[in-house]
Amino acid sequence: METNLRASERLVRKSRKLSLKNPERNGKIVVYTAAFLTVVATLAVTVFLAQRGLQSFYMSDINPLEFFTSTNWNPSGDNPTYGALIFIFGSLAVTLASAVIVAPLGIGAAIFMTEIAPSWGKKVLQPVIEILVGIPSVIYGYIGLTVLVPFIREQVGGSGYSLMAGIVVVSVMILPTVTTLSADALNRLPNGLRSSSYALGATRWQTIRRVLLPAAIPGLLTAVILGMARAIGEALAIQMVIGNTELLPGSLLDPTATMTTIITLNMGHTTFGSAENNVLWTLGLILLAISYLLVMAVRFLGARRKI
Amino acid sequence: MNRKLTDKLATLIFTLFAAVIVLVLAALLSYVLYLGIQQVSWDFLTSKSSNFRAGGGIQDQLFNSFYILLWTMIFTIPLGLAGGIYMAEYAEDNKLTAIIRVCIETLASLPSIVLGMFGLLVFVNTFDIGYSVLSGALTLTIFNMPIMIRTCENAIRSVSPQQKEAGLALGYTHWRTITTVLLPSAFPSILTGIILSCGLVFGEAAALLYSAGMTTPNLDFGNWNPFAETSPLNIMRPAETLSVHVWKVNSEGIIPDIRDVADGGAAVLVTANLIFNISARLLGSWIHRKLTSK
Amino acid sequence: MKKHAFMMLVGVVMLTVLAACGGGNGEEASGEVDSTNDEDAEATGGDSDSLTIAGSSAMQPLVGAVAEVYQEENPDASIDVQAGGSGAGLSQVSEGQVDIGNSDLFAEEEDEINADELVDHRVAVVGMGPVVHPDAGVEDLSQDELIDVWRGEITNWSELGGEDQEITLVNRPDSSGTRATFVDFALEGEEPAEGITEDSSNTVRQIVSETPGAIGYLAFSYFDDSISSMSVDGVEPTPENVQTGDFPIWAYQHSYTNGETEGLAQDFLDFMMSDEIQDTLVPEQGYIPVTQMEVERDAEGEETPVE
Repeated sequence: METNLRASERLVRKSRKLSLKNPERNGKIVVYTAAFLTVVATLAVTVFLAQRGLQSFYMSDINPLEFFTSTNWNPSGDNPTYGALIFIFGSLAVTLASAVIVAPLGIGAAIFMTEIAPSWGKKVLQPVIEILVGIPSVIYGYIGLTVLVPFIREQVGGSGYSLMAGIVVVSVMILPTVTTLSADALNRLPNGLRSSSYALGATRWQTIRRVLLPAAIPGLLTAVILGMARAIGEALAIQMVIGNTELLPGSLLDPTATMTTIITLNMGHTTFGSAENNVLWTLGLILLAISYLLVMAVRFLGARRKI
Repeated sequence: MNRKLTDKLATLIFTLFAAVIVLVLAALLSYVLYLGIQQVSWDFLTSKSSNFRAGGGIQDQLFNSFYILLWTMIFTIPLGLAGGIYMAEYAEDNKLTAIIRVCIETLASLPSIVLGMFGLLVFVNTFDIGYSVLSGALTLTIFNMPIMIRTCENAIRSVSPQQKEAGLALGYTHWRTITTVLLPSAFPSILTGIILSCGLVFGEAAALLYSAGMTTPNLDFGNWNPFAETSPLNIMRPAETLSVHVWKVNSEGIIPDIRDVADGGAAVLVTANLIFNISARLLGSWIHRKLTSK
Repeated sequence: MKKHAFMMLVGVVMLTVLAACGGGNGEEASGEVDSTNDEDAEATGGDSDSLTIAGSSAMQPLVGAVAEVYQEENPDASIDVQAGGSGAGLSQVSEGQVDIGNSDLFAEEEDEINADELVDHRVAVVGMGPVVHPDAGVEDLSQDELIDVWRGEITNWSELGGEDQEITLVNRPDSSGTRATFVDFALEGEEPAEGITEDSSNTVRQIVSETPGAIGYLAFSYFDDSISSMSVDGVEPTPENVQTGDFPIWAYQHSYTNGETEGLAQDFLDFMMSDEIQDTLVPEQGYIPVTQMEVERDAEGEETPVE
């Protein structure tokens, strides 16, 4: 009865104040608007970057094949060449190598946090790691420049500015991200899995290796991939330690360059619309495309997780 | 025997991993704080930076960081809330939702340098806003929106379904249930999420280099008319934030005390991050206690 | 489903309209603010006005300092000196977005810029020189030796009578004005071999001072005890030698305006060229007063004595 009254009351109010004041519908409009805004923002980023980035090919007449396969980068000479392979390689090398380093460390720490010492992990490790997710990348670069580079030069060799320095800095940066996301993935596993495995007499290691890890694999891979997304987009910290030499590195101790460092180094000096500037936008577009690829990979894994 | 040994060994290794991580990270934090804390004084925080003299502070940069953060949050919180409500309550399991989810995830994993380029192209040049607080805040809104949406969605989803059903059973409309039942219950986790994302926004530099700019006009802290050019409140003026300042002093500064300013600035950045994190935790658990005890 | 799609369409259209209106309003609003300022200016006799300067990050401290002094003497004037790079500054001034564009290159050197429209105001001269790690043991090079070092043909300081240390080159990015000047006037146009690349002078100085055997190039204002500067052909890198034209590695700092200027912009540029600034602030910041130069240069690099 009560609800009926309310409903009728509401109907009366609705007709009186016209439908403009209908909170139900207005709320819905606001909420839908926000959701579509994300689509609009993504579209805008994609369209603007694509429009700028593709100009290298149709306005500055750069051969796409050359762009992706040549290591000859000399945009300001009399005979400019635009081979971006070095930077693409540099970005991928840093990203993959740091993923390889961080995956076992991060997942191992996540297992410690969730399976071995859950209370301690939750109270101490997790807050510390979350704080580190938020440390500005400028600071990681700064420490890399003042501590890591001299260390590599004196203890390992070379000038210190190297692919290795870049990989280490990026690894430290994405370690917290991968650890928290891996811990989330392990925490999501139903507790029944653990108890039934222990009930069968399995040791903790057997439970982790035979039961928990296989079940959590899609989630753990997602964690690593999101870490890679952060790694490939990192700019300022890498720029300070990798040397930015436009050469394919012969070893871990050689300096090289990544797409992001070339963008930050040259963006301010080049004029809008020049070929030199357009190629930077193309590099930005490639970074965007890689983001899309990584997101698709995560979604693919997410779909597998549901099954 | 053998499997017990492997078990012990595995436990040891995982503990070692965790220990390595904690050690590396603790060393990082204490190094920055140790170097910087000697430079930070009240004077450092409240005097203007200098282009060429020693003894400059970070007053304007600190203000800019908070001011851009404020505007970013003014844009992001409503958007994030509404987006989160959509994802948690209105999104059906269909293609459209999948598209929106892809968009949110793409925005979330977008390199901040790419975002900065977008800000330069669209806000600074196409809309002709120039290097400004507004351009910076809009760029950071795109940076922060996906994080906010996820936080709000998760917070709303984690409200127990019984509470929602109770609301609906009372005859509340869907919207009224959301605003009177779901949002208040989700409030503590939403607030925690907001403060945590403040930390991320506060430290962002790459996205701001070419959107908020690398300079600050001569601010007059006596002038609070938001349309005056030298007013700190003017949102059309360039605003170098603290993290951009640390980067710039390190790279191009000709002041004699580069190291001091960079160390001090870095320590302030880390401290701000610590404050955001700790306050988010304390506030979250405090509100939680308040709500559950009543 | 259909209803859904329709709502989505409506949403997108609404957003686009909203965004368009929003953008438009913003511009109108800012336009209004500007025009009222102008009116005020006219009413009070044209003294109060605002000036926006953008461009070269390297010039920003100098111009910013001059602006500080100018505003102390003319409290009504509001001068905003931004930094974003020379390329950006040239683009912005030729599109009328800013009043003055600072550049460390001649506008003629940028293909995309219509240099005929821009008026060049040379406000200072910056001298640059090669710098080496203090332990290299070499302090004077002939220009040919310098070129051989930078082309990678001499790879050890012992070949030049110094210590047995491998030479590490520290470059600037391709688009950098500092690099262009060094290549043109120190290396006679020869492109340097690949090396560590950093954009910022402080980072270059830090790398050179910490890496044994490193060589780079810096503006005089960045010289200090941590590195040793080198003479070229026996001529020391000093402001006096640049003024007489004996030391060849120097460049103008340009302030470009779009067409002839009047009002505040002209007044500010006059102030910049006044003895008050040229004899104090300019040398204090490590630049060479343009008024004291005994030689001058055109965009092609041709040098002529000042009469």
